[in-house]
Amino acid sequence: MEKRVVFQSKWLPYALVAPQIAVTIVFFFWPAAQAVYWSFLVQDPFGLSTTFVWFQNYAELFRNQHYLDSFRITAIFSTAVAVSGIVISLLLAVMADHVLRGALAYKTLLIWPYAVAPAIAGILWAFIFAPSIGIATYVLKRYGVDWNWIVNGDQAMLLIVIAATWKQISYNFLFFLAGLQSIPRSLLEAAAIDGATPLRRFWTVVFPLLSPVTFYLLVINIVYAFFGTFGVVDATTQGGPAADTQILVYKVYHDGVKAADLGGSAAQSVILMIIVIALTVVQFRFVEKKVQY
Amino acid sequence: MIRKTLFAALALAFASGAQAQTEIQWWHSMGGALGDKVNELAGKFNASQKDYKVVPTFKGSYPESMTAAIAAFRAGNAPHVLQVFEVGTATMMAARGAILPVHKLMKDADEPFNPKAYIGPVAGYYTDSKGNMLSFPFNSSTAIFYWNKDAFKKAGLDPEKPPRTWKEVVAAAEKLKASGQQCAYTTSWPSWIHIENFSAWHNVPIGTKENGLAGTDTQFQFNTPLHVRHLTMLQDLAKRGMFSYAGRTNQGGAKFTSGECAMLTESTGGQANVRRGAKFNWAVTQIPYWDDVKGAPQNAIIGGASLWVMGGKTNNAYKGVARFFSFLSRPEIQMEWHKATGYVPITYAAYDMTKKSGFYKENPGAEVAIKMLTNKPATANSKGLRFGNFVQGREVIEEEIEAVISGKKEPKAALDEAVRRGNEILRKFEAANKG
Repeated sequence: MEKRVVFQSKWLPYALVAPQIAVTIVFFFWPAAQAVYWSFLVQDPFGLSTTFVWFQNYAELFRNQHYLDSFRITAIFSTAVAVSGIVISLLLAVMADHVLRGALAYKTLLIWPYAVAPAIAGILWAFIFAPSIGIATYVLKRYGVDWNWIVNGDQAMLLIVIAATWKQISYNFLFFLAGLQSIPRSLLEAAAIDGATPLRRFWTVVFPLLSPVTFYLLVINIVYAFFGTFGVVDATTQGGPAADTQILVYKVYHDGVKAADLGGSAAQSVILMIIVIALTVVQFRFVEKKVQY
Repeated sequence: MIRKTLFAALALAFASGAQAQTEIQWWHSMGGALGDKVNELAGKFNASQKDYKVVPTFKGSYPESMTAAIAAFRAGNAPHVLQVFEVGTATMMAARGAILPVHKLMKDADEPFNPKAYIGPVAGYYTDSKGNMLSFPFNSSTAIFYWNKDAFKKAGLDPEKPPRTWKEVVAAAEKLKASGQQCAYTTSWPSWIHIENFSAWHNVPIGTKENGLAGTDTQFQFNTPLHVRHLTMLQDLAKRGMFSYAGRTNQGGAKFTSGECAMLTESTGGQANVRRGAKFNWAVTQIPYWDDVKGAPQNAIIGGASLWVMGGKTNNAYKGVARFFSFLSRPEIQMEWHKATGYVPITYAAYDMTKKSGFYKENPGAEVAIKMLTNKPATANSKGLRFGNFVQGREVIEEEIEAVISGKKEPKAALDEAVRRGNEILRKFEAANKG
């Protein structure tokens, strides 16, 4: 039998790819198209009366102060999650790289949280920080901090940032570690011989060589902060108190499912899709230029 | 021989086909012990006759099961009976093609049904402007006041005399705080208790058009000086560390049961959990009021849920549903449900039967809720409420209340904003349900 790189068959490639294409169409393109269509309608929950209203849903959204607040909240939240996630995991990866004894144990423990689903992570941290009965609440009370995230919006935001970032640190750590280990030791040794301090070595040798990984993780973390954190918010604050943690993706769910405002929810969903596409394009266009492959 | 067997088999198949039970799907949100009771009731009905089989299915919380039913209806396989909470009433009522009104169901099936048998606030909530009942009341509750007798004693207050007015609540809170009580007062269901029930209890409207019962062109009106005064009191208590806000649902109950807070306003249904977990002496009484308001206390309005019949099913199935509803209306069944769950007995007959059984002598706390509901004959302000998309509406009110309690907003500004945002939601509902 000959080994070939190119398929001879005319139909086999299509047949093999077809299931994945079908899944993508059914679970991504079809709902997206329906959301776009529904964003132009006003309808009652049961679908018994629908009216075509052009861009009225969109116009109402941008007139709604709460929706505009949601942008600000999402921006703060995503930046906090992405930045702290990358910085902390980079720190941990650099330190784990230097460990000689028990390296496997440290790495396993640091990677473990990634296996926890976002909703479960949210509940875990909600218990630890529960206003009346949480362990962290007791400790904070000792230091004079009155922790009650049910009333204090900033504390609620801190809670979901911690819960969301905790999970993602493991994922980032894995990639950073792999990236660090692919840096040739000879480069670092050469820099050390030239008299560079460890910090200097990091910024001029290690960090630039890590830039492909960092760029990739930035894209992934931002998308995660926008979409993957839904489980965290739903399991803990549900957008409260007083809508202080209502990130865009949670507002889509809330308005569509709980409030049965299908037109408004669909419009928000379309806007969210446009934002994330735009962010990804921006990242690839501008940030990727700085990446050194 | 084979032919005979074949014939016999065929005959059997046809015979069992003719006796096939009609299944009635019932989607509900009663979890835990309540769910067990629901299954028990369905089992009793199924055992009492052969033609129909009620199949209850727990579908999650009230919003979750309502969403599931809406999606199922769009896909063409909704359940026969759906339990919908009170704030979903307007949405269900407006879905004229999707539901079958209960009065029509019972009439078509020739089952007796008398709306006057139900206590005033219960019937009024689920009746349209023409006096026809649209859904079947099932589990109704109202808000009551709980107090920690041991904490009262420690603070130098008479443990057998709970505060009757809000002024007395503030005075009690001050004494409790002075005696070292961590928190004097907390609450559950802030909007239901402090805006909706508050308004009815003081005989002032929540919104125009009989709180929405008379039309979808209703406007909110809960930003009067009385409401502002009440929220100012709550804000003040919070500032002075005497009121600890617990959240939008029944989280206040846990703060009371743990002993952290000595006074609580919560649903009558919360008694079961307090009974199980409280390690101190406690009792319940009616909700406090402002005694300088004319006509207060009027009567309370209900929370809880009712059973809606979904459209598009066979006449045979509807006969079964009607029979099941008749079964549920029997006083002894109602009394059983009331005793086991803490929800109020929803017919006068069930209430009388429970009184005669001596249940209230042993459990006086169980009677507080129904006494509040029947305190006075309902007025236009206290029959109930029916606002479109009120799930969203309530959340708007709760957001503004939270802003007041955390000190971020002044009560008047917050209530005005809640009314403005709430009216926007009402107008959207009105527009989406024209014709």
